[in-house]
Amino acid sequence: MHSTLKKIGSKNKIELEHTVADLEIGEKGIIEELSFVEIPLPLMEMGCIPGKEVTLIQFSPLKDPLYIQVNGSHFAIRRETAEKIILAKRLCDEL
Amino acid sequence: MNSKKINVALVGNPNTGKTSIFNQLTGLTQKVGNYPGITVDKKQGSCKLLDGSSATITDLPGTYSINPTSLDESIVLETLLDTENSEYPDVVVVVAEVENIKRNLLLFTQVKDLKIPAILVVNMSDQMERKGISLDVEKLERILKTKIVLVSARKKEGIDAIKNAISEYKSYDTKPLFQISEKIDQAYFDDIQASLRGFSLYKSWLLITQKNHVSFISEASKHIIDKFKVDQEKLKKYQHKETIYRYQYINEVLKKTYSVDRTKGTDLRSKLDKVLTHKVFGYVFFASILLLMFQSVFDWASVPMDFIDEAFSNLSEWSKEALPDGMLFNLISEGIIPGIGGIVIFIPQIAILFLFVAILEETGYMSRVVFLMDKIMRRFGMSGKSVIPLISGTACAIPAIMATRNIGGWKDRLITILVTPFTTCSARLPVYAIIIALIIPETRVFGIFSLQGLVLMGLYVLGFGSAILSAYILNKVLKVDSKNFFIVEMPNYKLPSLKNIAFDVLEKTKAFVLGAGKIILAISIVLWFLASNGSSDFNNAEEIVSETSQSSKEDLEDEIAAFKLENSYIGMMGKTIEPVIEPLGYDWKIGIALISSFAAREVFVGTLSTIYSVGSDDEGTIKERMAAEINPITKEKRFNVPAGMSLLVFYAFAMQCMGTLAIVKRETKSWKWPLIQLFGMGALAYFAAFLTFVILKN
Repeated sequence: MHSTLKKIGSKNKIELEHTVADLEIGEKGIIEELSFVEIPLPLMEMGCIPGKEVTLIQFSPLKDPLYIQVNGSHFAIRRETAEKIILAKRLCDEL
Repeated sequence: MNSKKINVALVGNPNTGKTSIFNQLTGLTQKVGNYPGITVDKKQGSCKLLDGSSATITDLPGTYSINPTSLDESIVLETLLDTENSEYPDVVVVVAEVENIKRNLLLFTQVKDLKIPAILVVNMSDQMERKGISLDVEKLERILKTKIVLVSARKKEGIDAIKNAISEYKSYDTKPLFQISEKIDQAYFDDIQASLRGFSLYKSWLLITQKNHVSFISEASKHIIDKFKVDQEKLKKYQHKETIYRYQYINEVLKKTYSVDRTKGTDLRSKLDKVLTHKVFGYVFFASILLLMFQSVFDWASVPMDFIDEAFSNLSEWSKEALPDGMLFNLISEGIIPGIGGIVIFIPQIAILFLFVAILEETGYMSRVVFLMDKIMRRFGMSGKSVIPLISGTACAIPAIMATRNIGGWKDRLITILVTPFTTCSARLPVYAIIIALIIPETRVFGIFSLQGLVLMGLYVLGFGSAILSAYILNKVLKVDSKNFFIVEMPNYKLPSLKNIAFDVLEKTKAFVLGAGKIILAISIVLWFLASNGSSDFNNAEEIVSETSQSSKEDLEDEIAAFKLENSYIGMMGKTIEPVIEPLGYDWKIGIALISSFAAREVFVGTLSTIYSVGSDDEGTIKERMAAEINPITKEKRFNVPAGMSLLVFYAFAMQCMGTLAIVKRETKSWKWPLIQLFGMGALAYFAAFLTFVILKN
């Protein structure tokens, strides 16, 4: 839903750019990029840094905030913040 | 042996058991003071070391990083940078928790880079085996160039080892662990080093990257720092890089010294979270906790409260008889003793509420409540973190408003501060109790619910509802710029420590009683003075009444007392405002109670008891006297349903608490917001009470 679809070379594959906000409960992803303009320092100081694996543990009942685990820390952030944490691209079969 | 006391600062992430360690090191020697100029609690205590010397331990507010995100956290930065201060720590004890050691080490590396001797305390070491964690302490000590102490605060293990480590503070290495300059931008940091001479590089870097200047810095240094502050984007970028490098370093260090066997360890967290953050059970559980809390506040507290009530009225009676007649003694028995009684009676309720809040926080459940409520609260312009102040507000708005400090965004925080006084605080209770008892019959609805209880519950709903509704309106109206960032740690669930909770409840209750007590005491003295002095008619009351009255001797005394009250200064004040409050169904006597309860609501009952009671201040008698009051115009009872309901509504809305106004002024740093509260809530109270009276009368 929030993902940007981008066609790449291979015919039946698409590259899916996604963020922490796109994860399902229990799903993991690797943090790729953090914009220093948009990501507040305290978020990084909690352990959210590029190269680290993020696990989505739970949504709040209204799908916001998100309860995540990263780099050994457990914490909750709002969806608007989660959308700014870009994860490594993954290849999927075309839908 | 040194004669000087060693200054020790305790720092650490929240939820690491730092406070437990502080309690064990200092025990009953701890005191709570204030940092100059701000209202952050300063917890200090002294500790006898094993070599005979002694240390002053300061428990600094919990923080994830030396870069502060709140007023409380900025104390850590100020304390660790102010090298000239007499309380500058000789040694810092960084408390980490074995399971979250990675994140805890971020703060440790920051402290170490400030070149202060530092000890790393790793708490909850008793959990290591169960959770499959192994830690090579010697190797980690070598790499981090520090002393490491394994501790289990819960089992009271390792506390002596901390004391020993403190006494050896002079032998610790103070070289920085981490050279920020090398990795990021050598030329830039060389420039900083050259410009700010006499400061360590990391200290200079922290001074430059803070939003506000620290309080102790000289004008000359400020000038230099401001030059570096110009390029904010660069600072931000380098701070991010710094954090990344710190974590890279920490990860490398831990790879060599720390391992977790994931197959071990029961997963209590995920099991509990499945239920406690569940979309249905999560809310059901939270509602049950709230219900239990209110039940205990009103049910369990009533026993000690009745006891205190009786004790004080006996004391007052006794002092009237035992003390000789005279101005000063009257002040004691009629002003001061009932005044103190008026505040002491709230101690059971407030202590129970603080107890609940402390348990919810200690167990880690409060973070789950924040998580569950955030989205809902946001619709009303608040944050999930606003739930804690709103719950505490049912005890007292003063500590509740102080609890808003960890709400990140200024707008969220301001709205929470502004609406918190609507929640039904315990000072409103005695007012509600006496009026409900007067106007609502003791009948039962559907055979189970008491009608009086339902009305009381309705008033709680009214209070909470108006808080939410006004937050919604304020959210639309207020144009406040605020960067809003929300992050809440979800700590492991823990069994609460009795000692921590006992200290916490004791300290908060004491602060409340002393703070509010001063105001109430002062008001009762002023009230007593205004009621026992007056115009010339007041002074000649006996002659005037005896000349005109034909009554018997006993009635005559009452008539004289009533005449005196009418012509005392306070009576004159009540008469002056009578035309204004007449439309609400009140007379000048209620007016007096309204005036006096602008200082604090609970003064209402005390004032009425002064006004109506002559001789006795037993509550039954006050109630009877109030019930017997007749409105001279309508010939109906003064406290009938319309007037009584109007009074209830007035007290539900009006901002009648000087203590709250003072704390709002301190926390918002301006008179604007407390004045808006005073007049806004006052106007609302007036019109709502007016409508209630008019509607019910017809």
